[in-house]
Amino acid sequence: MSPSVDWAALLPQIFLGGGSLVMLTLGTLVRKRAPWWLPNVLGIGLTLAAFGSVVWQWVRVQDPSRGAFSTIAGTVQIDGFAVFLSGVVVIAALLALVFAPFSIRRAGLPPEEFSVLLLLSAAGGVTLASANDLIVLFLGLEVLSIAAYVLAALDLRRAGSQEAGLKYFVLGAFASAFFLYGAALIYGAAGSTKLDSVAAALAAGAGSNARGMLLAGFALLLVGLFFKVAAVPFHAWTPDVYEGAPSPAVAYMAAGVKAAGFAALLRLFAGTFSASSADWRPAVAVVAVITVLAGSALGVISGDVRRLLAYSSIGHAGFILVGLESAGANGTSASLLYLGVYAFMALGSFAVVMVMGRDASGSQPLAAYDGLARRSPWLALGFTLLLLAQAGLPFTTGFWAKFEVIGAAVQSRTYWLAAVSMLGAVVAAFVYLRLVVRMYLVRPGADGDALASQKSGVGLADDSRSGDEDSDSRPPVAVPRSVGFVVAVCAAVTLFFGVWPAPLLNLAGDATLAVLGG
Amino acid sequence: MSDFLRSYLTVGIFALLAVIMVALMLTLASVLRPERPQKQKYISYESGVDPVGEGWSQSRLRYYLFGLLFVMFDVEAVFIFPWATRLETYGVFGLVEMAIFIFILALGLFYAWRKRVLQWV
Amino acid sequence: MWLNQFLVLSAVLFSIGVYGVLARRNGVLVLMSIELILNAVNINLVAFGSYVQTVVGEVFALFVITVAAAEVGVGLAILLLLYRNRRSVDIHDVDMMKG
Repeated sequence: MSPSVDWAALLPQIFLGGGSLVMLTLGTLVRKRAPWWLPNVLGIGLTLAAFGSVVWQWVRVQDPSRGAFSTIAGTVQIDGFAVFLSGVVVIAALLALVFAPFSIRRAGLPPEEFSVLLLLSAAGGVTLASANDLIVLFLGLEVLSIAAYVLAALDLRRAGSQEAGLKYFVLGAFASAFFLYGAALIYGAAGSTKLDSVAAALAAGAGSNARGMLLAGFALLLVGLFFKVAAVPFHAWTPDVYEGAPSPAVAYMAAGVKAAGFAALLRLFAGTFSASSADWRPAVAVVAVITVLAGSALGVISGDVRRLLAYSSIGHAGFILVGLESAGANGTSASLLYLGVYAFMALGSFAVVMVMGRDASGSQPLAAYDGLARRSPWLALGFTLLLLAQAGLPFTTGFWAKFEVIGAAVQSRTYWLAAVSMLGAVVAAFVYLRLVVRMYLVRPGADGDALASQKSGVGLADDSRSGDEDSDSRPPVAVPRSVGFVVAVCAAVTLFFGVWPAPLLNLAGDATLAVLGG
Repeated sequence: MSDFLRSYLTVGIFALLAVIMVALMLTLASVLRPERPQKQKYISYESGVDPVGEGWSQSRLRYYLFGLLFVMFDVEAVFIFPWATRLETYGVFGLVEMAIFIFILALGLFYAWRKRVLQWV
Repeated sequence: MWLNQFLVLSAVLFSIGVYGVLARRNGVLVLMSIELILNAVNINLVAFGSYVQTVVGEVFALFVITVAAAEVGVGLAILLLLYRNRRSVDIHDVDMMKG
């Protein structure tokens, strides 16, 4: 009766989830004597162990004699797709933990709770990526999200963080409820929660007598997951949460939570529901187009760097949706490539944003970057690289990600979608270039951008008083070694694989989505 | 009339009887009881002490914390009952799983205790 | 045959819940509306479970119940944090950030 459990398949969850519980216990036991950095170091160790087991799983899955496998009565499935996205989530948690000490020290985040919640959330993300059952999918989604709600509100004393936590929670819980209603309808229409059984039932024409139920299920699942990945009609929480939440948490959300959300979207729609792709593709196409365009356009008018990056993450979600829309192996691997590549860009960018700090009102006006290249040339260089990659400049990974996604759209003959995404990419490039220009060409205090200075009047007034003529009056930004390391790693990955993309393309190509029977 | 609706008819009759009975008893009471209205009788009753403040007051935070802990543990029992009904079927595997589950729950309680949530301040 | 009635009940509860989340100002009532949606889902799951004649639906409902408790715990904690700062749980007051 008891199902067989392949513990090796659960190693990342054991390291992340089990490790976080052990850490919590230890933390409560030795609270007084433990130094503040200990939970952080422990967390880094645990995520490294989880990453090691993910790599080991990858080798096992890619071994042609063994291949993808499922365990716990077929509810958990370890295939290339699952392992790839688990890797992205774990890397997001790892790098967020590496540069978190800065934020922990300055904002006074509780160090132990931060590490524990981040690990728990990552455990949820890994579960979500390898789920092969609607129940497990739901559990993974909730573990991922509930920990992330608390992470957003973790800067307990700052009102902006509380506000971010509340907004993220209310909309996230609302989205989860939609997702659940959709899952229930799919279960009713297909008669099973196992994804492979659902896929088989759909291919055999199940639900043809309950077509309305099936369509409603698709729609509700899409709405719930669009909320999680911040696609446009459901994106309203994103800028506020990204602005208010502590920066390491935001970096993890942008890289890890988004990847996990797309794991669910891709696994369900590109995998399980591929038999009825004619039903959901138009909806995804429309949302993808709106997301790409609105993400870029809203980024242009935002005057706060955190909000700008939030809108840019919305825009990126749109591009990844373009990959989903093409509903094939190519589209899926293009989306995976994009997620992996974007994780590094987001982590690096938010590390820079964290170092740049907040002004009195808790925001970070564009003017904070005026003349950064003169004050802190290395920081400016790293950030420039990450921004240009987000813009999709050739010789960066961002270019290949956009190239693959649009290529997948062309291949599936959705030419209009490809054309509109290219247009969106051009508009988005303007957003990033504006920030780069500020770093290199604008002198601090000079009114280079009327709109930005008007929107961020508070922060600017302070700066223009202190240094209206002398550009070197502001001290260089203090960059701790941990943050420098993260920015350097992210920039290096972005540049290296931008010049030599073959291994990355192969990696994403091997991350296939298997629909196995239990 | 279908069987389904007929069984609801019983419910309807019961409901009707209940309403009639309550109405009857209240009317009877109002006819029989002596009635001497006094202002003091309309003050809300608060354990025999003179009532203080508004009737609509906020409860203390500590009730919330204990309530939350109670709900968590209460709800987790939902997994223990199905396991208990199939105790033999799952054998040692089920026992170990349940032990882990309860251990994690206890860990939560332990955390709450160490964080001084359980103190009645 | 009886499935439709449960589905309609569940859909009505779902709609009331969605209305509550969108229209209510009080944070606690928003949480209750979300709970209402989750319970609508539970009705659906149990109804489908008995319709399909597998126990999976009921098991799913059990998981939904426990996760809902965890979720509402976190939600109330966040609301409490906010209340300590502003003495109000009106979520329309929480609009410091805009743009």
